Amino acid sequence: MTTSAETSLSEQEEKRTWTDYFTFNTDHKVIGIQYLVTSFIFYLIGGALAAGIRTELATPESDFVSPELYNQMFTVHGTVMIFLWIVPAGAGLANYLIPLMIGAKDMAFPRLNAVAFWMIPPGGLLLMASFFVGAPQAGWTSYPPLSLMTGKAGEEIWILSILILGTSSILGAINFLATILKMRMPEMGFFDLPLFCWSMLATAAMILISTPVLAAALIMLSFDLIVDTSFFDPTGGGDPIVYQHMFWFYSHPAVYIMILPFFGAISEILPVHARKPIFGYRAIAFSSLAISFLGLIVWAHHMFSSGTPGWLRMFFMATTMIIAVPTGIKVFGWCATIWGGKIRLNSAMLFGMGFVSAFLIGGLSGVMLASVPFDIHVHDSYFIVAHLHYVLFGGSVLGLFAAIYHWFPKMTGKYLNETWGRIHFVLTFIGLNLTFLPMHQLGLEGMNRRIAIYDAEFQTLNIICTIGSYILAVSTFPFLINLVWSVLKGKKAGANPWKALTLEWQTASPPLIENFEEEPVLWSGPYDYGVDVSEENDQSVQELLSDVKADMS
Amino acid sequence: MTTANKLTIISIAIAIAIISLWYGQSNALLPVAASPEAEAVDGIFQLMMTVATGLFLLIEGVLIYSAIRFRKKPGDETDGPPVEGNVLIEIVWTAIPTVIVLIISIYSFDVYNAMGGLDPEASRDSGPQQVAEKTNSNQGLEGLIASVSDYLALGLGESPANRSKNLTPLSVDVNAIQYAFLFTYGESGVVSGELHVPVGQPVRLKITAGDVIHAFWVPQLRVKQDAVPGREAQISFTPQRTGEYPIICAELCGPYHGAMKTQLIVESQQAYQSWIDQQQVAQSQSLEDAVAVGQTDPLNAYAEEIGVNQQTLEQLPPHTH
Repeated sequence: MTTSAETSLSEQEEKRTWTDYFTFNTDHKVIGIQYLVTSFIFYLIGGALAAGIRTELATPESDFVSPELYNQMFTVHGTVMIFLWIVPAGAGLANYLIPLMIGAKDMAFPRLNAVAFWMIPPGGLLLMASFFVGAPQAGWTSYPPLSLMTGKAGEEIWILSILILGTSSILGAINFLATILKMRMPEMGFFDLPLFCWSMLATAAMILISTPVLAAALIMLSFDLIVDTSFFDPTGGGDPIVYQHMFWFYSHPAVYIMILPFFGAISEILPVHARKPIFGYRAIAFSSLAISFLGLIVWAHHMFSSGTPGWLRMFFMATTMIIAVPTGIKVFGWCATIWGGKIRLNSAMLFGMGFVSAFLIGGLSGVMLASVPFDIHVHDSYFIVAHLHYVLFGGSVLGLFAAIYHWFPKMTGKYLNETWGRIHFVLTFIGLNLTFLPMHQLGLEGMNRRIAIYDAEFQTLNIICTIGSYILAVSTFPFLINLVWSVLKGKKAGANPWKALTLEWQTASPPLIENFEEEPVLWSGPYDYGVDVSEENDQSVQELLSDVKADMS
Repeated sequence: MTTANKLTIISIAIAIAIISLWYGQSNALLPVAASPEAEAVDGIFQLMMTVATGLFLLIEGVLIYSAIRFRKKPGDETDGPPVEGNVLIEIVWTAIPTVIVLIISIYSFDVYNAMGGLDPEASRDSGPQQVAEKTNSNQGLEGLIASVSDYLALGLGESPANRSKNLTPLSVDVNAIQYAFLFTYGESGVVSGELHVPVGQPVRLKITAGDVIHAFWVPQLRVKQDAVPGREAQISFTPQRTGEYPIICAELCGPYHGAMKTQLIVESQQAYQSWIDQQQVAQSQSLEDAVAVGQTDPLNAYAEEIGVNQQTLEQLPPHTH
């Protein structure tokens, strides 16, 4: 007895060193942080490319970079932001949180998990290396025949890079699914799961169903490119529309793969800082599954002006419209959650509420785009650029920042600085709206996307967008300073600085190597704020927790 | 709920409704509508904008109000009320969006049908119609000749209203190539780089692509259709307002995609006829002059760089009959 107790004690005293983060480590917490830091570096690269694009667009002429380089810049910008920033950042968050939230020691397949992460840096570096041979310039959608004709070396590198990153994403999804389904602590049923886990179930299912189809499309495109087959090349009888169907069969679900993890994160953050239970737990949980299912049958709404017959356009209009319903349930549920609460308006909450407010705009324009006659007008215009950035920046990125402010104390044991956090939020929120709101008008008036040369009448609005993008670029610095300063000298945060109820807050910050000192106890639902207080004489969550701990020992 | 509360809620609801209706109807976000089809699309946009403004004000209002009114008081460490949901409210906010999207869908369906989108002649697609031919002509550009068949097309066909009026549409073939549109008038044999149409007569465009995917977009007509190599697409519209409108390539087609633009000129029947006559005289002399006239300004600056010169133009297929 004593020996086993001693060994377990010595195991627990084993400390993480900073060098662990540069190795093939199987601890889900290390991998989670590896994902987050790596993807953040790519966010800076993608952001620099965005600033370059906006600088070019400050004037109607093509004068900052050559038209070829401009096309390379927006192609790599899109690819980096999607495949190397938002998707892996969501995976990083999921890696860090899922085992802690369900009371497990690690993910179901720790080595597979490390393999999944270690595919990201080579995939990303490969893509960056394409600049030496002429980066891909057919857009992140890479439609043939254009992608078969411009910059073949860059295009092939792009394909290989996406194949690597896609494989990583599939491996990650297998792990999330297995972990959530099989590694929950015994007394935790599905309806005791934190909503973040529900949203990751939905995300993982989508990744597993749709990503292989993208891989198939890219492999065929690759054959067309290298060995002159004609899957998509009309000169040999191929059909470029088939590529579009296969591409969007992944790439529309990809939008939900990018936003669902942050829907989940917001469903965690809002109740904690509003001190109220989530409004309509089951409705929000099931809406994630509904989005996951519907998200798989809406892809051709990206092709309303492409090679699609009328009946098909009508079908995809209907499914796309319906997806507004589960999304609406979430937004209304979040509003009702904070309504009447006792809101702590800290950086995490500011970004959380900013997420709801900006994502709303992307959601509303999304319903408009579902309408076929209207979409035919604005398809491939700046209206689309505005819409997708409100969803992916206003949604995913603000959600990710909210998550970082919320879970940073858990990951490092230190608070992030509030003042810098607020500066970061204000700059980001102003920059976001200044950059992307005027783009709606540009698109409606007739400015098409992916152009370096545009009509001079659009210049005023474009200059506003460019100024906004510079503010966004500046907003990164307070965040970077805050991260570095807080890791080194931040105020110490205890195990549960936000007095939250989900399991990850029941262990030390940062958590021990195998997560929990002793078997964690499921002593309340994930969102039972205020429930115990009214019943048990004003006992705070902290006191309750220590009571339970005392009972245990 | 007190009477004062009810009054506040009702007056806020009325205020939101008024602002939404006003903004939905009077926003000047769309360019001028040059055809009845465009006006119908604007009708959908106005409805959607009204609904969107209402939801925007409601939800942003709730967020801002909550951030002010429900802030934690300093020193108050207690939790909020343990409200975990309300089935009735949840049913309401599931049902209302469902009804809204249903209405928008049916309205969109109706407009799309009126635009000719469900015309069986235009809205079916049975895949690539023929293997496009590969030509090894100009400067490494893989020129493709899209084949033209009579009835297989996709896009917007004849609108039911026009069909009942028995108007003969003006038929023009559009060939999109890097980085120009070529318009071939079937009856007169005129080839032009600009699209001239008479006001009031339905126009039917047959759209093909010569190299990569392009798209034909006239913002003032609210119509867009991709030109896909190996397939034929079709769109129809009835211009009702004279003027010059931009024709824009909306699908990324290469580095000079932004310069792929030309003009749609909607003019009176007489002006159109005299333009056709003029073109016929000019083209009886040489084809390339007429094409050169149509070259738009933004492209000229790059013509040399792209490799477009007289020789390229001569090698272009005259038109595919």
